[in-house]
Amino acid sequence: MAKIVLDGVDKVYSGGVKAVDDLNLEITDGEFMVLVGPSGCGKSTALRMIAGLEEITDGELFIGDQVVNDRPPKDRDIAMVFQNYALYPHMSVEQNLAFGLKLRKISKSEIKRRVDEAAAMLGLAPYLKRKPAALSGGQRQRVAMGRAIVREPQAFLMDEPLSNLDAKLRVQMRASLNQLHERLGVTTVYVTHDQVEAMTLGDRVAVLRDGRLQQVDTPKNLFDNPVNLFVAGFIGSPAMNFVGAEMQQDGDAAVLKFADHTLPVPHATLSERPRLRDYFGRQIILGIRPSDFDDASLFPNGGTAMEVTADITEELGTEINVIFGIDAPPVQHEEAAALAADAAGDGELEAAAMPLSGNKSVFTARVNPRSNVRPGGTLELAVDTTQLHYFDKESGLAIGHPANR
Amino acid sequence: MGFDIHSELPKLLWLGIGTAAFLAVIGLLLVLVDHGPKSRRDWWQAACFLSPAGLLLLVGLIYPVVRTTVLSFRDRAGAEWVGPSNYTWMFTQPEILLVLRNTLLWVLFTPALATTIGLVYAVLVDRSRYEAVAKSLLFMPMAISFVGASIIWKFVYEYRPAETDQIGLLNQIVVWLGGRPQQWLLDQPLNTLLLIVVLIWIQAGFAMVVQSAAIKAVPDEIIEAARIDGANGWQQFWRVTLPMIWPTVTVVLITISVQTLKVFDIVRTMTGGQFTTSVIANEMYNQAFRYGEIGRGSALAVFLFVLVVPLVLVQVRKIRRTREAQ
Repeated sequence: MAKIVLDGVDKVYSGGVKAVDDLNLEITDGEFMVLVGPSGCGKSTALRMIAGLEEITDGELFIGDQVVNDRPPKDRDIAMVFQNYALYPHMSVEQNLAFGLKLRKISKSEIKRRVDEAAAMLGLAPYLKRKPAALSGGQRQRVAMGRAIVREPQAFLMDEPLSNLDAKLRVQMRASLNQLHERLGVTTVYVTHDQVEAMTLGDRVAVLRDGRLQQVDTPKNLFDNPVNLFVAGFIGSPAMNFVGAEMQQDGDAAVLKFADHTLPVPHATLSERPRLRDYFGRQIILGIRPSDFDDASLFPNGGTAMEVTADITEELGTEINVIFGIDAPPVQHEEAAALAADAAGDGELEAAAMPLSGNKSVFTARVNPRSNVRPGGTLELAVDTTQLHYFDKESGLAIGHPANR
Repeated sequence: MGFDIHSELPKLLWLGIGTAAFLAVIGLLLVLVDHGPKSRRDWWQAACFLSPAGLLLLVGLIYPVVRTTVLSFRDRAGAEWVGPSNYTWMFTQPEILLVLRNTLLWVLFTPALATTIGLVYAVLVDRSRYEAVAKSLLFMPMAISFVGASIIWKFVYEYRPAETDQIGLLNQIVVWLGGRPQQWLLDQPLNTLLLIVVLIWIQAGFAMVVQSAAIKAVPDEIIEAARIDGANGWQQFWRVTLPMIWPTVTVVLITISVQTLKVFDIVRTMTGGQFTTSVIANEMYNQAFRYGEIGRGSALAVFLFVLVVPLVLVQVRKIRRTREAQ
């Protein structure tokens, strides 16, 4: 096992397309690092450079203490799990698992021990003699994992390994992956475009956009303290709500005004992020997580409330998503546009439904399932104003975030 | 020789008559399909649409096969029954045994070498910069008729006496290397192998194109997985690529084998089957149409048919199985 360090790594394809731009990332020994971002953000390219399948244009890649830029994949002591599994169709499960070990001239008895052990761990023992074509998608996926496990490598590299499974199986495999990592403790780099997968699997998550690293942090920190609009909008589902708001001083606290709503900015926030004071009297972009709303009628002692008219309600059993319009123009920022494009591309309807909303901002609130909200009805929404997110209107950076000071 | 449109008119007239007849048959069929019985309509439609093809098969294939088989048990004029004597002649006569040996040589060498050359070439040019040009170079002989190819190669093997200039490429090379020119096509058994080279030259392009497509159909991810598993280029080919394209390789082998068994034009054009280069198809032609030995010619034809049929059956089964797998 080893740490993996990317030091100023660039990837420029012929034709001058820069897929990865000055990537600095340190993956510690035994860590589960998830690279996440919309399609085309360079996350797969980064992984393939670690694997040795793509040449590194510039910068240095360390596995352990050694620079491995010029080593072929087979000499990097890594194992990879591919999106389409890439099993050898002409070999049985057993031969698939043993192939890498045979090529490395490992003794027969040792190969058998490792294959049997991995098969037992993954529940593949009954299928060892079968060809991949005779396996279900989930079983193939496990064979692909097994092929990596038997190698006992320094690191696992996984390229969207769950994306071809159906939703239910994906949740199961996600849990098994977590268990597996607990058990083996091998350094793992995992690429996905699914932020839920990223949040549930990663010890830390690296968010990429257009080949540039946006933020690396624990899932909780990414959620609570996103560094910019892009990370804020990408992490979390339903996505964070954005609206342009004016910050006004109010004694030793402040208020935010947008449309016909006014939200107080607590004193604690201002002392925590003194730079917010520079924005008094100016427009900022306000971000509110759907989960920081709730139905005020269920919490009569809750502080601030907004009165809104529910357009659509999605009752999920454990919660209700209330979708409503705010009478303010949607946020115009290139990062918000990038998010909308990605969401539309992935078939997520929230952003794709935007044109219907006209010149309104569409908000989502996640409220308690016992709420009596009905489509078309009015609703008092309590807002947790300690959890508001403030972004600079021009740069899109979170105001007062430690990384932006 | 000028081109006179008037002298071509009768041909055009026949073309017109043929086209009109074709349309008439189609029209008649469609009318028949529409006015069939109300019960068992599916059966009626199938019968109508299949009947023209069935009729042509019957006249062009089934009847000749039966007729040839019958003739193979008759005498030279096809008049008297002679029992299996044509077959015993075939398997005892030294000249004919030589013909059978030659055909065996053809079948042993051509499919294996053409397929191998095609495969090696496909692997070598795969993803190189000039792949398209390189592939069309090897594929071009496919566009030449067997007779045309044979004439080209006859020039390559052409002999002129030592003191004169050589016009054959092979002899010129020999002379450059300080050797004496040879009468290549008289030199047995080398001459049969030299004829085999011609068919390999023609078929390698076909083998290359088909196998190249199969190689490209191997997913990149699998080759990448093999690289990460530690396979070098050689191991990637032998242990991953080749097993994956093996079904295609066997299809190519069988197709070329069938072509090789039936080879006639090359032998007929280059040596006429003389100098112990004859093969079954050529001998069949000679016996039946040059020596007037209808019975013996038919026996050879039946034997050739018996050799080809199993290969075709295997091929058909393979194709059906791949279709089911899809």
